[in-house]
Amino acid sequence: MISSQPDSQGHFGPYGGRYVPETLMAPLEAVEAAWLAAGKDAAFQAELDLLLRTYAGRPTPLYFAKRLSESLGGARIYLKREDLLHTGAHKINNCLGQVLLAHRMGKKRIIAETGAGQHGVATATVCALFGLECIVYMGEEDMRRQRLNVFRMRLLGTKVVGVTAGSRTLKDAISEAMRDWVTNVETTHYLLGSALGAHPYPAMVRDFHRCIGLEAREQIEAAERRLPDVVIACVGGGSNAIGAFHAFVDEAAVRLIGVEAGGRGTALGEHAARFSGGAPGVLHGANSYLLQDGDGQVSLTHSVSAGLDYALVGPEHAYLHDQGRAEYVSIEDGEALQAALLLSRTEGIIPALESAHAVAEAIRRAPDEPGKLYVVNLSGRGDKDIDIYREHFPELDRNEGETQSA
Amino acid sequence: MTRISKLFERVKRDGEPALIAYLTAGDPDGERTVALVRALEKGGADLIELGVPFSDPIADGPVIQRASDRALRAGASLKGVLEIARKIRAESEIPLLLFSYMNPLVRFGFGELAREAVKSGIDGVLITDLSVEEADGYVKCMREAGLDTVFLAAPTSTPRRLELVARYSTGFVYLVSRTGVTGEREQVSDSVGPLVESVRKVTDLPLAVGFGIKSAEQAAEVGKVGDGVVVGSAIVRLIEEYGKSAELETKLEALARELKQGMRRRT
Repeated sequence: MISSQPDSQGHFGPYGGRYVPETLMAPLEAVEAAWLAAGKDAAFQAELDLLLRTYAGRPTPLYFAKRLSESLGGARIYLKREDLLHTGAHKINNCLGQVLLAHRMGKKRIIAETGAGQHGVATATVCALFGLECIVYMGEEDMRRQRLNVFRMRLLGTKVVGVTAGSRTLKDAISEAMRDWVTNVETTHYLLGSALGAHPYPAMVRDFHRCIGLEAREQIEAAERRLPDVVIACVGGGSNAIGAFHAFVDEAAVRLIGVEAGGRGTALGEHAARFSGGAPGVLHGANSYLLQDGDGQVSLTHSVSAGLDYALVGPEHAYLHDQGRAEYVSIEDGEALQAALLLSRTEGIIPALESAHAVAEAIRRAPDEPGKLYVVNLSGRGDKDIDIYREHFPELDRNEGETQSA
Repeated sequence: MTRISKLFERVKRDGEPALIAYLTAGDPDGERTVALVRALEKGGADLIELGVPFSDPIADGPVIQRASDRALRAGASLKGVLEIARKIRAESEIPLLLFSYMNPLVRFGFGELAREAVKSGIDGVLITDLSVEEADGYVKCMREAGLDTVFLAAPTSTPRRLELVARYSTGFVYLVSRTGVTGEREQVSDSVGPLVESVRKVTDLPLAVGFGIKSAEQAAEVGKVGDGVVVGSAIVRLIEEYGKSAELETKLEALARELKQGMRRRT
């Protein structure tokens, strides 16, 4: 029996838990209490639902990608269009939920980490909406890769703090956010952006994203009068994937496939494929699959996609993996880039690089599975990645020939 | 009885608080750590916390983060830290507390760690990011090997949590003087007095206070209420500053002496 509810200490099987300095334990208990109380409070749910509908843009469409499916000549591929949400990715679901909680707890200051900047932008957005002070920690390497999102956050009134430690990516941004939280815990809510960290974050963040799978299930049943055969989502920390999977976990016939970043090779440090390259370990408050060396030092990771570039996978994914309920594969940088190009050309949808990993997995398997029904969670849109696309498709960035056709 | 318990019996008898010195093992290198501990002991340190370097030290401020980085770049590992402990133990009876983040110990294995730690002359272990809720297996392994398990109590800890922390701790309880990361501060936190008082209500174990203490004056102030005073970043900053210089040992010995003398004046 697969249990979707963690135990009272936040364990999914052996994973999850609370591995933080004592200073953060009582604050985590307070967040948990506020979250559990909110779950039973109809007024809270109504306020969140209203914001999700009228502000964020829920429900998002489930779109049949006809030309993409036809070009592959196999499975029928549906896209869950989280990319159409306000701020351009699923991240806003969780941010709205947590900012309402923070408001209830009387916290006036919000901190967050961000990798690709999507969570940072969503946090900056809800803080502007609620008039709260907002500080976002971001690795300097990610600030360089995602310049557009850095500027968006600043435009929204958020202070973006560059982190220069380690690999200057998501891992280091989370460490710095935790240091801020442990220091300013009385006044501050840590709006963690993925299904990671100490309990209750993995379960709480998942619950704020459950709407993705619940909607998709209803929509596919309306369109096809049956459940999908496969649900595919990219997995960094794993919030969009766990949100998409959750409504299907009890349906054994639905294959759940999480796609990790294969980066540029299988050597440690060149990818973020935690299941194939990692082992159980503890980072940032949770026990899960972790990329680490033989001495238990956390490895550097690489992905073209900043949002997948992280050494630990969310603990519920580790549990689903060990239970054999979900499968985890990896897609390399180059395949993700090609998938983004194909989706752009066949459907007129430019995906975020993170989501392009999920699309690439669909592209890889669809030709061999005619008659099957896929739901791919298109977790974000690609505007933020235009600079990276330009860099990797230089032939599209030349003006020659255009004047003749004018 | 461990060397740690014996130390605090003496503290109780003499009324003079213990000076607990933290340093990151392997910074600037393993051999030097042995010499630095010798200097600290000569200056008056009563207990040494040997920090196990970790790639992602979320509870540490910049000074100890940089020390961890330097040690890792110099090739430090838990195995190396145990070797350092063995060398210290060959020449000294000073109590040694292994001070680590969770993951390097998990990777090594608690059973193996308990065996090796005892062989290396380590007296106890403290894991910064291990809550008592997750600690049953670990505590069992360490206790069976005769090692102390020290846990942190914080200003945010509820009375229920303080009781748990005290129940899981042996040797002493480590009181975090303020919310925040490690690092030197200009003033002793107002939280210290009330925290000491709250923990005394739930345990007879000795109480050491750390986080933010850098000067003899601060050590003296904290020593009035605590049974031990932990100084970390001030020591590590000297190691950073003089790591390449032969003066370092003299400087560290002088710092320890100054801190200890401040604490002696507490009567």
